[in-house]
Amino acid sequence: MYVAVKGGEAAIANAHRLLDHERRGDRGVADLSLAQIREQMTLLVDRVMTEGSLYDPDLAALAIKQARGDIIEAVFLVRAFRTTLPRFGYSVPADTGAMRAVRRVSAIYKDLPGGQVLGPTFDYTHRLIDFLLAAGAEPPVPDESEKVLEPMPHVTGLLDREGLIEPESAEEEGAPVSDLTREPLDFPAPRDLRLQALARGDEGFVLALGYSTQRGFGRTHPFTGEIRIGDVEIEFVPEELGFAVPLGDVVLTECEMITQFKGSASAPPQFTRGYGVAFGRGERKAMAMALVDRALRAREFGEDVQAPAQDEEFVLAHCDNLQSTGFVEHLKLPHYVDFQAELGLVRKMRAEYEARRDDALEAAE
Amino acid sequence: MSVAFSNPVFDSQRVFRTAMNALARPGKLQPFDAGVRPPEGLPAEIAALALSLADHETPLWLDAALTQSTDVLDYLRFHTGAPIVRHPVEAAFALVCDPALCPALMSFTLGTADYPDRSTTVLIQTDTLRSSDSHTLRGPGIAGTSVLRAEPLPPGFVREWAENRRYFPRGVDVLFAADGWLVGLPRTTEFTGA
Amino acid sequence: MTDIQKKRQSAMGVCARATAEEIAAALDRIGRPETANELRAPEAGLVMARARMGGNGAPFNVGEVSVTRAAVRLASGETGIAYQLGRDSKKARDAALLDALLQTGRAAEVEAALAPIRTRIQEDQNLKARRAAATKVDFFTMVRGED
Repeated sequence: MYVAVKGGEAAIANAHRLLDHERRGDRGVADLSLAQIREQMTLLVDRVMTEGSLYDPDLAALAIKQARGDIIEAVFLVRAFRTTLPRFGYSVPADTGAMRAVRRVSAIYKDLPGGQVLGPTFDYTHRLIDFLLAAGAEPPVPDESEKVLEPMPHVTGLLDREGLIEPESAEEEGAPVSDLTREPLDFPAPRDLRLQALARGDEGFVLALGYSTQRGFGRTHPFTGEIRIGDVEIEFVPEELGFAVPLGDVVLTECEMITQFKGSASAPPQFTRGYGVAFGRGERKAMAMALVDRALRAREFGEDVQAPAQDEEFVLAHCDNLQSTGFVEHLKLPHYVDFQAELGLVRKMRAEYEARRDDALEAAE
Repeated sequence: MSVAFSNPVFDSQRVFRTAMNALARPGKLQPFDAGVRPPEGLPAEIAALALSLADHETPLWLDAALTQSTDVLDYLRFHTGAPIVRHPVEAAFALVCDPALCPALMSFTLGTADYPDRSTTVLIQTDTLRSSDSHTLRGPGIAGTSVLRAEPLPPGFVREWAENRRYFPRGVDVLFAADGWLVGLPRTTEFTGA
Repeated sequence: MTDIQKKRQSAMGVCARATAEEIAAALDRIGRPETANELRAPEAGLVMARARMGGNGAPFNVGEVSVTRAAVRLASGETGIAYQLGRDSKKARDAALLDALLQTGRAAEVEAALAPIRTRIQEDQNLKARRAAATKVDFFTMVRGED
């Protein structure tokens, strides 16, 4: 518990002013523009959008600037902003199969319809610090190919056709979809709710859990069926129009993990799935999310729930970095009264302890 | 189609504040400037409340007089985005412009024990709202007792209200509107004949 | 869907991907129409974006996108509506005007004004695709065990 304290007003105002000053840094250095952040800190902007759970690159760039580059603080600002806006409704489910992908790789088939498209990736770079960048070198214009990209159907469709992978349950249209921002989290949580929570979950937390499944804490033997990144159209049907309005394109990253085959007396052995998605270019996050999604399906497949990544309450109650930081950071608020109570208790116990010790000494003499 | 609030943010905040004060001070008349000119058949006060309170997540139930007007339906659909439902029990808000057409209060949803807030709020347009002794009110937010004359009331309202109170903390809340006035009757308030 | 709905849907898609300047220029080229009223002043809000599990399964909520909407009514009675990503209210209002004009006798002028924007968007998409295509892996099989 914390109590209201008075008297810090001037100190708080000055602290905020000092913060603004420190954020600006050396005033001899040019001020950072939002366009620079949006265009050149792209993956940071994407991460703030994903964990802030709001796709708006300009807003995320501003939040990053205001937060001095602190991701969780920026996420906090974005989440606070979204609470001031009315919700118009839910989009038509995005068709990621129709994505205009700039990257698409599969680790399970070398040759697949649409092919392997590396796109702008850090993979195969040597991770050597590039001092030319420090010198302000402009990169060359990228190569173009005249060969057009072919359609890229989901890889899992290939396995699906042969019945070698569990089919995604296509629920009847109009069935209610859980929404974390509207109903409180309740356990057991259905898969749609788990995916929503993981989608905005902290990348570091979800990554660590995904990694833990690989190290044997809820092992699923995953293969990357496919990763794709690109533009996806978002459509919305306004009540007053009655047809789908294209709102524009968002960049999405999608990952499908294909995991350990299983079977039962009634179902033949087949592969199972884990799914991950992130706003912008969030490959690591989408992969980790897909691993954790699969781990959380343990009960559905009759697997023992033994590892942290399989425990939905553990995962879902702790994956949101805003909640985590709120509870951890609240410890710095005044707890003067609580502590006084604790202090009194320790003094009393101490006195009792000393009295007992003195009694024992006397008895011994 | 008519336009809604001229300044959606400030107008809806103002209306919300009036509704909040009405429910915090049950039975006390709140001056209420609706600030909208809705289509024929939809009283301005009810329209203003619907525009402020309803959105695509709050289903609306309308009385038979309102559902007859396509202008009213189009107006509410366009400006609130709220689905319009057929059964009172599905409604987050019920719009009653003719008290004689108000269904039994128990036919609305009373919320659940876990979420008593998920009950219907019933907005009723009356001809007269006055602080004179037709009915007596008692409960939180009222010092001692207060009096209210709201006419006409839906048939059997006093009896149904007593029944509504028995389900506390579940139960519907009511807002009575009249030309330029708003009065709140939350589920915590006793409402008896004078 | 009716023909006019299809036309409006397609134009809305162009407006959503256009820049504010492109839409304003298109509108200026046609001539800004006389409006009866601003049925709904431009308003920023949210739409919860959905995707499907595994790309084709049951839907779930991914996260919200910021959207601005506007609705205008022309003096001649047509209602124009815009919903688009972002928080640009002027762009949404201009798009709503174009949507209204598309329902009048001046539809052909609107289509003509949108055509260059359509081309520009298509070219940008093609360029992106050609650059991605240049990173496509061409596997060649190493000769093995030939004896």
